[in-house]
Amino acid sequence: MRQFLKTAVCLAALAGTAFYPGVSTANDLELTITAPAGAGGGWDSAARSLQEAMMATGQAKSVQVVNVPGAGGTVGLAQFVGSAKGAADQLLVAGITLVGASISNNSPVDLTQVTPLARLTGDPLVVVVPKDSPIQTIDDLLATIKKDVATAIWVGGSAGGADHILAALITKAAGADPSKINYVAYSGGGEALAAMLGGQATAGVSGYGEWEGQIKSGDLRALAISYPEPIEGIEAKPLKAQGLDIELVNWRGIFAPPGVEGEDLDALKAAVDKTVKSQQWKDIVKARGWTDYYAPSDEFNGFIASETERVRAILTSIGLAQ
Amino acid sequence: MDAINLLIEGFSLAIQPANLIFAAIGVFIGTAVGVLPGIGPALTVALLLPVTFKLDPGGSIIMFAGIYYGGMYGGSTTAILLNTPGESAAVVTALEGNKMARAGRGGPALATAAIGSFVAALVATVALAFLAPPLVKVAVKFAPWDYFGLMLIAFVTVSATFGSSPLRGLTSLAFGLWLGLMGLDQLTGQARLTFGVPQLLDGVEVTTLAVGLFAIGEALHVASRHLYKPERPIPVKGSIWMTKEDWSRSWKAWLRGTVVGFPIGALPAGGAEIPTFLSYTIEKKLSRKPQEFGSGAIEGVAGPEAANNASAAGTLVPLLTLGLPTSATAAVMLAGFQQYNIQPGPLLFTQHADLVWGLVASLFIANVMLLVLNLPLVGLWVKLLRIPLPWLYGGILVFASMGTIAANPSVVELLLLSAFGVVGFLMRRYDYPVAPAVVGLILGPLADNALRRSLQMSLGDPMIFLQHPSSAIMIAIATIALIAPFVFKGLSQFQHDED
Repeated sequence: MRQFLKTAVCLAALAGTAFYPGVSTANDLELTITAPAGAGGGWDSAARSLQEAMMATGQAKSVQVVNVPGAGGTVGLAQFVGSAKGAADQLLVAGITLVGASISNNSPVDLTQVTPLARLTGDPLVVVVPKDSPIQTIDDLLATIKKDVATAIWVGGSAGGADHILAALITKAAGADPSKINYVAYSGGGEALAAMLGGQATAGVSGYGEWEGQIKSGDLRALAISYPEPIEGIEAKPLKAQGLDIELVNWRGIFAPPGVEGEDLDALKAAVDKTVKSQQWKDIVKARGWTDYYAPSDEFNGFIASETERVRAILTSIGLAQ
Repeated sequence: MDAINLLIEGFSLAIQPANLIFAAIGVFIGTAVGVLPGIGPALTVALLLPVTFKLDPGGSIIMFAGIYYGGMYGGSTTAILLNTPGESAAVVTALEGNKMARAGRGGPALATAAIGSFVAALVATVALAFLAPPLVKVAVKFAPWDYFGLMLIAFVTVSATFGSSPLRGLTSLAFGLWLGLMGLDQLTGQARLTFGVPQLLDGVEVTTLAVGLFAIGEALHVASRHLYKPERPIPVKGSIWMTKEDWSRSWKAWLRGTVVGFPIGALPAGGAEIPTFLSYTIEKKLSRKPQEFGSGAIEGVAGPEAANNASAAGTLVPLLTLGLPTSATAAVMLAGFQQYNIQPGPLLFTQHADLVWGLVASLFIANVMLLVLNLPLVGLWVKLLRIPLPWLYGGILVFASMGTIAANPSVVELLLLSAFGVVGFLMRRYDYPVAPAVVGLILGPLADNALRRSLQMSLGDPMIFLQHPSSAIMIAIATIALIAPFVFKGLSQFQHDED
């Protein structure tokens, strides 16, 4: 049976390459992308999409995806920083959740220790209420929170993640104490969705894409998105356009290990930049319902530093970090 | 009536030769990865996702469905033959299934698992086709307090079922609950009982504990007795097929397992483990030969296996109607839908009706293929048991360790596996049941989260569990199940006294 499986996997791998005929040999990079999460999650699909686009555009000869799940990505990051140091064929996919997890887990490693190559996508978060809720606008929600912060029940993804951070920012904007926030954490947008539809919560936060179906069918009422500008095809307006100075984007980016410099680094930057600007990548981003949030290496570098400080400040205010 | 027409259209899509081939490849690969511990269906579907990008949506989703059902089935084969559950949902199957295999009745055990899976998946797929939209309306109303009530029922019934003495069963359960506390607390993000080891932040993997306690513990136990009493290879007694008695004891268990499995699988946080445990308990209670439980009762394989596959169909209810993946495999399948710009959710049944019914029809076909693929293999699998014991158990040790490393390549994981193996050996040596420990690890965190979420929503008022009729009823059932045995015992003693 195991022999058979080997054959099956080989066949699958063969089939995988056979589907990309005419791959140019312009670039002979052989890369491994670490997704610091299990199969099926956001980072995993980002890593696999990048793999697909890099091979389809010929920016790399072969790309492998390795899943190292654990602790909001900090296990994968620690392994990446430790064992891939200086290796010019290793890449890591990560995002804002990993920034938060490094801080709240008191992890000895964080994203400022790796080499940013490019920021790839950034998805808006959405703030919703159940369809039967008396809350009609974001101002109604702020008033409800201000009246009694404890009875305003939030649901969303894991504690300390982007959803929790946005809920805390809104609570603070309402003039309430963010450390008193009543945030019920679920393992992801899906489980939290059930709690929203069941009418057990006042308001919910999740990635827009995860709840899009229910928003369009009218089961959930979207009050605002967290993206700085309006997005085509999304009816809900940004918080910023509604008078709240809040923006939060669930961004994902690609990183090289620490200690990769000079020509090696330039080659990786060039391969990633060319991939991201290709039609293939744009098609994938569209198909997956992501929003392009590209920033080149230098800009991304400064962004990581400022984002780390900002997230630390918010997590400290809700009591998840010292 | 409309649904039947749509289903016929679905069959015409699924029966196209190309789609039949995709379904066949799917069940074949699914069975193979189900057999190997560690390489689960989720990883396989994720690996195949880029391959299927060039296929049409119907074909690739049909293939994924095949892998999903196949994986559910394959996990039970190793559980029965090698006492090594490939997946957490197959843990219960190992209890009676492996006892049957070691009594030389591996053939009937595998056959009842295969046919039970078939029957359950068939009934559950019909239920999926006709009940999905109304069922999901009920399922999302299932609040944290209701989950807590369900967990209480599971705890009470399971701890009463498995222990040879209640105290031993509860001790084992407490060990599992303790392990379940390890890792990041989901509600606050704080680490509990991790002793500064980052690999423990995600808690203990259920399959690691199950494989350690069951397979490695068993291998060490056999090795320890081998010096004194060399065992002969397990003989295959009688026919490898099911006898008339096997059939009559199995069919009701299949149906009951289905009835338990499908609705719990359809709950957004139901899963496949709870229904298998509940089904085992029900079968033990209703069996005509309860004394056979613990030494290889066929109902104990038939019921949980049916429950397992029915819950697999159940998880498709929230996936298709809400776009809500309730298992890792379902999450990857969701990504599969998305790559074709199809968003499962409330609008899927109206916008992509052809695809939904094509999927339902191909689930039927995948099911038939699984039966055709697996029944002839029963004879082959059973021969595995003729391998001399030292070789067999040596193989199990290699197999179990490799599976664990494949799932999570880390030294910590391997050390945990070895430690659990030693614990499993000691538990066998001193006659503690191992199953409650696994139950504790699976249900403990679920109950913990459900309890605290409820209290968070009620601002700390425990009356929330009694204010909602649904949770109040479930808590009442759990209480009765806990007290009833003592009351009956008291009553019968009382009557005895009167005589």
